[in-house]
Amino acid sequence: MPKFTRPNALADTPTHYCPGCTHGVIHRLVAEVIDEMDIMNTTIGVLPVGCAVFGYNYFNFDGVQASHGRAPAVATGVKRAKPDRLVFTYQGDGDLAAIGTAEIVHAAARGENITTIFVNNTIYGMTGGQMAPTTLPGQKTQTSPFGRDTEKVGFPIRVCEMLSTLDGVAYAERVSVHDAKHINAAKKAIKKAFEIQMRGEGFSIIELLSTCPTNWGLTPPASLEWLKENMLPYYPLGVYKEKQELTKGASK
Amino acid sequence: MKKTLMKGNEAVAEAAIRAGCKCYFGYPITPQNEVGAYMSAKLHQHGGVFLQAESEIAAINMVYGCAATGTRCMTSSSSPGISLKTEGISYMAGADLPAVILSVQRGGPGLGTIQPSQADYFQTTRALGHGDLHLPVFAPYSVQEMVDVTTKAFDIAEEYRTPVIILADGLLGQMMEPVSFDDEEVIEKPEKTFDWVADGHMGKRKKNIITSLQIESEELEQTITAREKRFEKLKANHTQSESVNCDDADIVIAAYGSASRVVQSAMEMAREEGLKVGTFRPVTISPFPVNAIVKACKNAKKVLVVEMSLGQMVDDVKMALEHKIPVEFYGRQGGFVPGPQEILDVVRRLK
Repeated sequence: MPKFTRPNALADTPTHYCPGCTHGVIHRLVAEVIDEMDIMNTTIGVLPVGCAVFGYNYFNFDGVQASHGRAPAVATGVKRAKPDRLVFTYQGDGDLAAIGTAEIVHAAARGENITTIFVNNTIYGMTGGQMAPTTLPGQKTQTSPFGRDTEKVGFPIRVCEMLSTLDGVAYAERVSVHDAKHINAAKKAIKKAFEIQMRGEGFSIIELLSTCPTNWGLTPPASLEWLKENMLPYYPLGVYKEKQELTKGASK
Repeated sequence: MKKTLMKGNEAVAEAAIRAGCKCYFGYPITPQNEVGAYMSAKLHQHGGVFLQAESEIAAINMVYGCAATGTRCMTSSSSPGISLKTEGISYMAGADLPAVILSVQRGGPGLGTIQPSQADYFQTTRALGHGDLHLPVFAPYSVQEMVDVTTKAFDIAEEYRTPVIILADGLLGQMMEPVSFDDEEVIEKPEKTFDWVADGHMGKRKKNIITSLQIESEELEQTITAREKRFEKLKANHTQSESVNCDDADIVIAAYGSASRVVQSAMEMAREEGLKVGTFRPVTISPFPVNAIVKACKNAKKVLVVEMSLGQMVDDVKMALEHKIPVEFYGRQGGFVPGPQEILDVVRRLK
């Protein structure tokens, strides 16, 4: 029976995350994968504005903080300078799907050999719960107090579906962290994406459906339930893109 | 030394490659497209990377990421593009990241014109992004000087851990002049290592974090004042200017960059008429050469500032001279370069 210990890549420090927030789970999954792949010494994490802005304090590898939305561009600069390192961005939905739309689309289109860990909790967490590009129709937030009115503010963005149309994307999968089974699947997806990067196959993104009990106004268990009932139907889990010809080593 | 006829924009690119610049990230904008074109053709020959970004914002953030690994890198742009880059430049200043940024000014505001201008002096010296910061800015006046300051800029950027700006304009960027480089060929320089970089710690050092985020006021204030101390040192070591015929001058004309070339001709014409005119030309506009201009204007009865703008550097001149000498201004706007005759006419009226 393996002992439950802290992964080496995860720093031994308290986080600032709210109780019940799933960022901690996702941090741990990233750290476990980095341990398993034995790449902590050559990993550089890029953490932009959002709840994960202090994320670099919680890992034991080098970290670069990026301005809001620009993590894929910053990661591009890191990766182009140091192509043999593992470079990933860790972005929330406001960061990635609103202010950083251009950067994520073009990093993906270039087939930039980086991985994006995309944490989708349908809300701006750090700033106090404003409507995000991923906020569900009818969902109440600080800036959609009567529920997201799609007549007035349009519809949520499904990021994996959108990016999967781009030839530069080697791998795109949406996973969830609302229960143990899905957490295990999420870890496998992260590992797959990192392996794809280490093989130099191009851009990979793992979208993780995540909770924000504080700004959803729900208890942690109720948040997990809310994710299951509301987010899973709108954001179906699964692999949206897998560049088969590349994983087989063929080049076009 | 062999001389080559080169456009200012290309000369900066060549000088950067020779200075060991390994990555260039940019976005097309006139009048500086020759920089990107040159880099895209040449940089890979020296093991470097050229990447055309999706926007100015992305380009400067790629520079940010690249600089975070301790790799020599640069970007270039022109006025509207520099406006977009200011966010990234502020973050780079806040994270103490070295890089070189070439700004080839055109006329503004807004889309303005692609003709040369000096309307971005305030932007460059005062407002390259939000926050409390001073950045070094070189303002060359010839293609050769564009080469010289580019070489210097990369070294200063690393020594003082700061973005360094080279402020040119469409005239300097587009015109061709003979230039020489220190060496006949590109000499590959060994890659430097730094203890602060985020390039994968290899298990050999503690992890490094590149960030401008310092949520505690005590820490942020300490960082800002430490950074300013470095700038003060930079000021002492690298403030640069040129004075010509100022010792006996009744009138000193102050100008930088393209305008200073015309001022030079006007001064020569004035001297031929027996007018005692000298010129003062800052090479660094930040830090502004305060002591040097005070010295140059020691015997002057009047100072004339000439700019291709409504008058921006004129404020620095007035502050430096503490209003002890009357300071007049003559400028052209909208992409016009003043001619020597019109400056001479102004000088005659001042006398």
